[in-house]
Amino acid sequence: MTDSTAFVPAASGAAVVVDPTGLHARPAVKLTKLAKGFEATIRLRAGGEGNWVNAKSPNAVMKMKARSGEVLNFEAAGSDAEQAVLALVALVERNFDD
Amino acid sequence: MTELVFSGQIASPGLALGRLHLRKKTQARQRSAGDAAAEEAALLAAIDQAARQLESLAEQSDSAGAEILEFQGALLDDDDLIDPIVRALRGGEAAHDAWKRTLDVEIADYAKGADEIFEARAADLRDLRDRVLGILSGEEETEIALPEGAILATENLSPSGFLSLDAKRCLGLVLREGSAHGHVAMLARARGLPLLIGLGADYEQLIDESQVVLDAEAGKLVLDPSETSWARARARFEQRGSEAEELRAYLEKPAVTSEGEAVAVMINVDSPALLSDIDPAHCDGIGLTRTEFLFHEGSLPDEERQYGIYATILHWAAGRTVTIRTLDAGGDKPIPGLTPEGESNPFLGLRGLRLSLAYPEVFKVQLRALARAAALGPLKVMAPMVTLPSEFDRFVALFDAALTELEGEGVPAARPQLGMMIEVPAAALTTAAFDADFFSIGSTDLTQYVTASARDCPAVGDLLDPGNPAVLELIERVVNAGLRKGVEVSLCGDMAGEPDLLPLLLAAGLRQVSVSPARLAVTKSAVAAYPGGAITGLGGAS
Repeated sequence: MTDSTAFVPAASGAAVVVDPTGLHARPAVKLTKLAKGFEATIRLRAGGEGNWVNAKSPNAVMKMKARSGEVLNFEAAGSDAEQAVLALVALVERNFDD
Repeated sequence: MTELVFSGQIASPGLALGRLHLRKKTQARQRSAGDAAAEEAALLAAIDQAARQLESLAEQSDSAGAEILEFQGALLDDDDLIDPIVRALRGGEAAHDAWKRTLDVEIADYAKGADEIFEARAADLRDLRDRVLGILSGEEETEIALPEGAILATENLSPSGFLSLDAKRCLGLVLREGSAHGHVAMLARARGLPLLIGLGADYEQLIDESQVVLDAEAGKLVLDPSETSWARARARFEQRGSEAEELRAYLEKPAVTSEGEAVAVMINVDSPALLSDIDPAHCDGIGLTRTEFLFHEGSLPDEERQYGIYATILHWAAGRTVTIRTLDAGGDKPIPGLTPEGESNPFLGLRGLRLSLAYPEVFKVQLRALARAAALGPLKVMAPMVTLPSEFDRFVALFDAALTELEGEGVPAARPQLGMMIEVPAAALTTAAFDADFFSIGSTDLTQYVTASARDCPAVGDLLDPGNPAVLELIERVVNAGLRKGVEVSLCGDMAGEPDLLPLLLAAGLRQVSVSPARLAVTKSAVAAYPGGAITGLGGAS
């Protein structure tokens, strides 16, 4: 999953974490639950230089330690890649409906 | 049987009277491993059972509790976490070994970096690790059966253990270990359940089923209280119940005397973690932030981390003034490796500003972080335990040096108001000689120095009385000196939160006090009851 050479994204998008406490537990769980609903392989990273992590792994998403104001970048590959990225970006933009 | 009094740290304030329920240590059961297929089946079954336990717990929990349990549940459904464990089992490792090994690596990962939020996640993983290990070794569910009116004492408690407690039976909690920042503390505060932590070695002396007073207002546990102690605690308990109703109304209103004079009532902050439970609109800002909490992780956090913490506090205050006291280590707050060991009388030793001036390199990190935070909002910075004007001048010089350095680096920074605590009688008698932007009377230490009665010596507890006329005379003297100098004077100390002492402070001319958040409503109601008649025009609206 984290092998970037094998990953050819079909869709990508980005959104900023607006919650003052950063990406905490409940949003991380919401994000991964949403991601799991798609067939596509989805990865994300905080900022432009962090490691890519599996968007379907709550542990990996939590461990990114994304802070308030950081940009979350999404990439997806697979049949519903585009819908997946749109949905995830929208979730972050809505501040996880908190 | 004579009563025994133990001290602990208040993680959730409150008072409870009941019978101690001492939780027995559970022996970890040995488990023998089967073949690879049996181990895989055992682990998957344990995970499945843990998930069901968490779900049923979440159904009975409030939203903060449910969030914790939901995250733990999500981890059990995380293929990236579970698949490598299953592969290890196929390679011949025992289920409990592989599970523990993997979770321990993750826990260490979350715990590093000393961030409170991620320390809480580490606690979640420990909780989850132990739950699955317990199921694997055939333990029954770890629910704690409590009798009516119990005060539970246990070595430590997991968040899910807390959430499984019967709220109707449990009146309070005492932990041998514990953290004021942890989930359990947060959940206890949300539930209004008194919690005393960090009993340490004293924990061994607790006796199951003894009568106890859990005084998480004073940080004490009284074992087998005398009839007098019990009756006194009972009266206080009943008073708290009726007060709570009445006082709620005062919280939301500004503090005004019966003559219509405004009094600023601010709060003392021991740990920024507690701020999330407090509505900033209920106070006139923060009159004292004790920065000793910075050392909870063992060493002083770097400038960036400190700046982040100070920024969070200013953000919480939303434009209200925030007063931060520089490190006040020493005395009864030793820090290994920094405060001197073996002082014959630490309260009269190298503590407060004296210690900071002895370690200018350590001090500089804090001053730089504070100067940067001052650019974000109305910040005041004060030094503790100042005795001489020359000490205060050195503090100001170090601050200005840090500021110049930051300006040279192009880092945004500002000069906050720089003030000092008045705790040493010498400073109280010579207040006018100090070139400070503000004075804050530390009544607790002032009382101990004026009455020559150590704060940590119960035998002289009766002498340690802030209402002593000598203490009041010094306070009035400081207030008058400030008035003549045109420098504002406030008081931060427990006495401001005592309804019988506050009128004396107001009569002395004080119009700014800072109290522990739990005493806000009481203090405001005592202000409202004050008939007036004092020197006017001090502090307040600055």
